[in-house]
Amino acid sequence: MRKYLTKKAIIYLITFFFAVTIDWVIPRFMPGNPIHFLISRFATLPESVKVIQSYFTQAFGLDKPLHEQYLNFWRALLKGDFGISIYLYPQPVAKVIARSLPYTLIVLLPAALLSFAVGNRLGAFVARKRKLDNFALPIFYTLTAAPYFWFGILLAWLLGVVFRLFPIAGAYSFAMTPSFSWRFVVNFLYHWVLPFSSLFLVMLGGWAIGMRNMIIYELEANYSRYLESLGASQSLIRRYAYRNAILPQVTGLAIQLGTVVAGSLTTEIVFSYPGIGYILMQGILNQDYFLIQGCFLFIILGVLIANFLIDIFYVIIDPRIRKSYTGEV
Amino acid sequence: MTRKEFAYFFLRNKKVIFAMCVLGFLTFLAVVGPYISPYKDPLAFVGLGYQPPSKQHWLGTNTFGQDIFTQLVHGLRTSLFVGLVGGSLATVIGLLIGFVAGYRGGWIDELLMMFTNILMVIPTLALLIIIAAYLPYRGIFIQSLIIGFTAWPWTARAVRAQTLSLKTREFVDLARITARRPLKIIFGEIMPNMMSYVFMVFILQFGGAILAATGLDFIGLGPTRGMSLGIMLQQATLWNAIQLGMWWWAITPGAVITLIVATLYIMNTGLDEIFNPKLREM
Amino acid sequence: MRDALLTVRDLKIYYRTLYGYVKAVDGVTFELRDGEVLGIAGESGCGKSTLGNGLVLLKPPMKYVGGEAILDGKNIMALSQREIKRIRYEKISIIPQYAMDALNPTKKIKQIVDDLLREHNSSFEEKRELIEERLAIVNLSKKVLNMYPIELSGGMKQRLVMVISTLMNPDVLVADEITSALDVSTQRSVVQMLYEMKEKKAMKSIIFITHDLAVLYQIADRIMVMYAGKVAEISPTEEIVRQPLHPYTKMLLASLPKIGVRFVNERLKGIPGYPPNLLNIGPGCRFRERCPKAFAKCEQDPPIFDLNGRKVSCWLFERGDGR
Repeated sequence: MRKYLTKKAIIYLITFFFAVTIDWVIPRFMPGNPIHFLISRFATLPESVKVIQSYFTQAFGLDKPLHEQYLNFWRALLKGDFGISIYLYPQPVAKVIARSLPYTLIVLLPAALLSFAVGNRLGAFVARKRKLDNFALPIFYTLTAAPYFWFGILLAWLLGVVFRLFPIAGAYSFAMTPSFSWRFVVNFLYHWVLPFSSLFLVMLGGWAIGMRNMIIYELEANYSRYLESLGASQSLIRRYAYRNAILPQVTGLAIQLGTVVAGSLTTEIVFSYPGIGYILMQGILNQDYFLIQGCFLFIILGVLIANFLIDIFYVIIDPRIRKSYTGEV
Repeated sequence: MTRKEFAYFFLRNKKVIFAMCVLGFLTFLAVVGPYISPYKDPLAFVGLGYQPPSKQHWLGTNTFGQDIFTQLVHGLRTSLFVGLVGGSLATVIGLLIGFVAGYRGGWIDELLMMFTNILMVIPTLALLIIIAAYLPYRGIFIQSLIIGFTAWPWTARAVRAQTLSLKTREFVDLARITARRPLKIIFGEIMPNMMSYVFMVFILQFGGAILAATGLDFIGLGPTRGMSLGIMLQQATLWNAIQLGMWWWAITPGAVITLIVATLYIMNTGLDEIFNPKLREM
Repeated sequence: MRDALLTVRDLKIYYRTLYGYVKAVDGVTFELRDGEVLGIAGESGCGKSTLGNGLVLLKPPMKYVGGEAILDGKNIMALSQREIKRIRYEKISIIPQYAMDALNPTKKIKQIVDDLLREHNSSFEEKRELIEERLAIVNLSKKVLNMYPIELSGGMKQRLVMVISTLMNPDVLVADEITSALDVSTQRSVVQMLYEMKEKKAMKSIIFITHDLAVLYQIADRIMVMYAGKVAEISPTEEIVRQPLHPYTKMLLASLPKIGVRFVNERLKGIPGYPPNLLNIGPGCRFRERCPKAFAKCEQDPPIFDLNGRKVSCWLFERGDGR
């Protein structure tokens, strides 16, 4: 088991290293000079252009040799310095991200966890009867095939505009300020429902379909047949099958993390929900390279940590990893 | 399975028939649509803005007075193109890497798999954003390329697993004993058994590429010129189509994408039933 | 003659396929008596596994088409789901062919046994002593109870399944090819263990399915030879070996290597030809294509003739003695 986890940890460290390097490399080797974009925002006079150009070149350390720039990048990173945002100048990127993170997490985490729990149960349930299966499956397929943000748009339109049940922009009313009052919490929840629901429902579809397929596979396994031959009830057989089918689903969760995070980012954009996705979008629209870079690194870090946590969890629930001598399943 | 058996099951599988019909219709729409639409240029301002669907504008107009139907069929073309090119590229890369890793084993396998795992952990969209954000010009071909180059990891792993299991089968050993060259073994013995699997993988990549492209477009990193379904959604969101009640602008493109992807998934399930006797409904 | 525990009459189990019905078990009649070991022998595809498994669990595409199998006064082929659940494990049990793969890989052995016993109003604690006793017979340490299947070797898992399948002391135990993948010395120890369990009343009677006549000679009281879905012959072991009646049995025994006789000196006689395709097969003796003694009447289905308690399904015995 230790071997398995160590191997994973090494891969994640290498991945992080790789990701940081990509993050640093790409702007520098893409055609075009990022400074030019920045300058075009500020300058109309050629004199000012020169001053600003030298300022920025120095600020980004672009006058230093490449390897030094790379090392400086790492040094800053390890200190938690992601640079200064251009769009929200002079706020440091780290601060902007820290402010937006809670909003992302409060939608993403419940949606991911709940959809996993509920979706898997639904999938297993639906696999029982053919008629139910034929009815529910297309629904699940439609859910999982929908782009996250489009589903957000759909819900926003249906429940926000047509039925006017929920607000469709922001995390809370513009008129309010964050506090721990009851009014604020309720208002916050109202704004939270739609982004949460759209993520939740789309993910749910995916889990349900996956579990349905896995359950069918497990129900046909030899151990299920043996149990049935010895007079076990359907509920015992299904219980065993579910327990075994969940394992690849947990692995699937780790694999899907990237997509899920991407989905939550785009959903935030639809609802103008002030999370990481929202400010990333702002960064892109305003060509704020530091902000984009910072968000990217942060997302990667988050995904890697989540992956590692899931790996640990998997070791706990699958006895085969603990007992076998190989590192792979 | 023989061709006859395949044809028999293929024509009788409801899911596959449904999927083929829908996809056929959409392809037809993509190819013929731009010609049958009364307006040729999706970006032209051809009427009053904010119009709901009517006889003049089959899917209404957007804020600027551009015809939604025209945009839709042009966008459909783009999306299908990216799906095809990006999906094919990802499939081919995944196939090659998976094959080589599975067949050769040893340190090549370890190296390739480490590389694959690393790439797999990085959220694809994040990677795409970083790359796309710095490209000075973005065309649909470039978009397909970058999607293709980032979407292959899961395919490589799956193909490798299949190769490994097939590699140890007896008929491959037999081919080895008769001293057939490795390439011939790969194409002659292993490949045919994987064809069905590979096709199903391609379908998933096709759908995945469309979703990835749409996501990119939506964030604003789509093709700098031209029209796609994702761009339509981006515009709709940017110009508050929902708040203004213009559902024909905001909902329709996404519905089409959902339809395409859901149909592809259903087709895949149908194909799985055809190829795997245990799943067939007798 | 002892009481019959299980009476099977004209049992038909077919496989439903795209192209029609594969008549895998087509009108099989036999009796399993209290305390006996009935060996079912035959080549691959003769229907013995279908028969054995079909008695315990019918899964699509297997289909029960006709006939009956009477256990405890009831036709177990036609019972409701609820009734059959109680009969399984308590009255009739099975050691499956896939015994090495029959245990849930993510549960401890103890847990599996406990869950299974609870389905039959018992529990692990209740049967603890019995379990430990049985484990001793099959030469397994008590420690395996706390292990996961992945920690056990194939052989250990098979012996474990032997124990688990007989915990409720069923009347009838179906042993489906339990020695087929083993080497000769392991075969011997497995057969011995099974016999010891029977002596200790772990089960009353055994239906021992195998293609290996040599093993049956060791353990079976009576042998039933099947061919192409039908019964060829049922006789006590000694008699069938000394004086086989059915031409198929004769040729089967003749094709076994004998101790002390080398191939150089005496060639093994095989049975030329192949078994018939059971898909939509028609009437007539199924062995007639390969039988050296076939004659005109073989085009009709031969009934089962009784010769002093020995049963043969061959027209040669219409008049009593193999002409």
